[in-house]
Amino acid sequence: MSEVKKFMFVNRKAPYGTIYALESLEVVLITAAFDQDVSLVFLDDGVYQLKKGQQTKGIETKNFSPAYRALDGYDIEKLYVEKESMEARGLSEEDLLVDVTVLSRAEMGELMDQQDVVLSF
Amino acid sequence: MLHIINKSPLTNGALDSCLRVAQSGDILLIEDAVVAATTGNVCAAKLQEAMGRCKVYVLQPDLDARGFGDRLLEGVSSVDYGGFVELTASNKNCQSWL
Amino acid sequence: MKFGIVVNEGPYQHQASDSAYLFAKAAIEKGHEVWRVFFYHDGVNNASKLTEPPQDDRHIVNRWTKLAEEHKVDLVVCVAAALRRGIKEENLAAGFRISGLGQLVEAGVKCDRLVTFGD
Repeated sequence: MSEVKKFMFVNRKAPYGTIYALESLEVVLITAAFDQDVSLVFLDDGVYQLKKGQQTKGIETKNFSPAYRALDGYDIEKLYVEKESMEARGLSEEDLLVDVTVLSRAEMGELMDQQDVVLSF
Repeated sequence: MLHIINKSPLTNGALDSCLRVAQSGDILLIEDAVVAATTGNVCAAKLQEAMGRCKVYVLQPDLDARGFGDRLLEGVSSVDYGGFVELTASNKNCQSWL
Repeated sequence: MKFGIVVNEGPYQHQASDSAYLFAKAAIEKGHEVWRVFFYHDGVNNASKLTEPPQDDRHIVNRWTKLAEEHKVDLVVCVAAALRRGIKEENLAAGFRISGLGQLVEAGVKCDRLVTFGD
């Protein structure tokens, strides 16, 4: 596919309680493999996907959080977290697995408006 | 941008999140979200406040199904599925706030 | 206009598949093209030919099959999500095909609009 579109993936759900976060990550990787312009957004409980120190042995589920660190290798560098979502959860950038760009609500809204395709999981 | 909401704002934060982030554009309430646009609902005030910067629509068949066909909030426009399609076409992009 | 649709929830449990179908039907009636419907997450359950709803209920799976036959809508079920949930070629309803996530990306690229229905 020679055409390049701006794809945004909006993650608003916490990991493990449902499968959305994991399956969303699978689409993100494929979209990058198709050389599309990929942005990842973490909003509301989606911020929890990036929390450091996830230990899933006790729930017998695969810890997929290391995959966020591997995104760089797929040239996925546009990771955005909304400031209010992060702060409302008692988190700061130091609590997150990866480097992100923190955006205000207005900046987040503007970024969404600029996309061609917005997929929300 | 067309923002599509499908959850009741009384049990889920999708509408609140959308209203927090969306600076402009159209908001369409479908499925369980339609109750947000009914008279007497506690969420009506914040929806009315948002109407200053966004246009709010409700999917009439979903409103009818829930027994609220005659309780639509003033200022909200109702559309059928064809209207839903046209809103999607007339906006440059769309997002479902799942 | 060319539309792509994503369905993320299974039939009957959630209204997503009904809303997606009614949207697709309305789009076609208005002269638009529904180029592809991509079934992801529990949405893959919409493709099970073993589905047997009560007689007086809508048959969600057959409704999709009919739409595909009459209007050449490409119904694609995500392979990874399908295998996780026991959807395979042997229980796949007519009109559906199993393929990779690249088909979702392709729909995003080729369609003028991609609309998601889910929970």
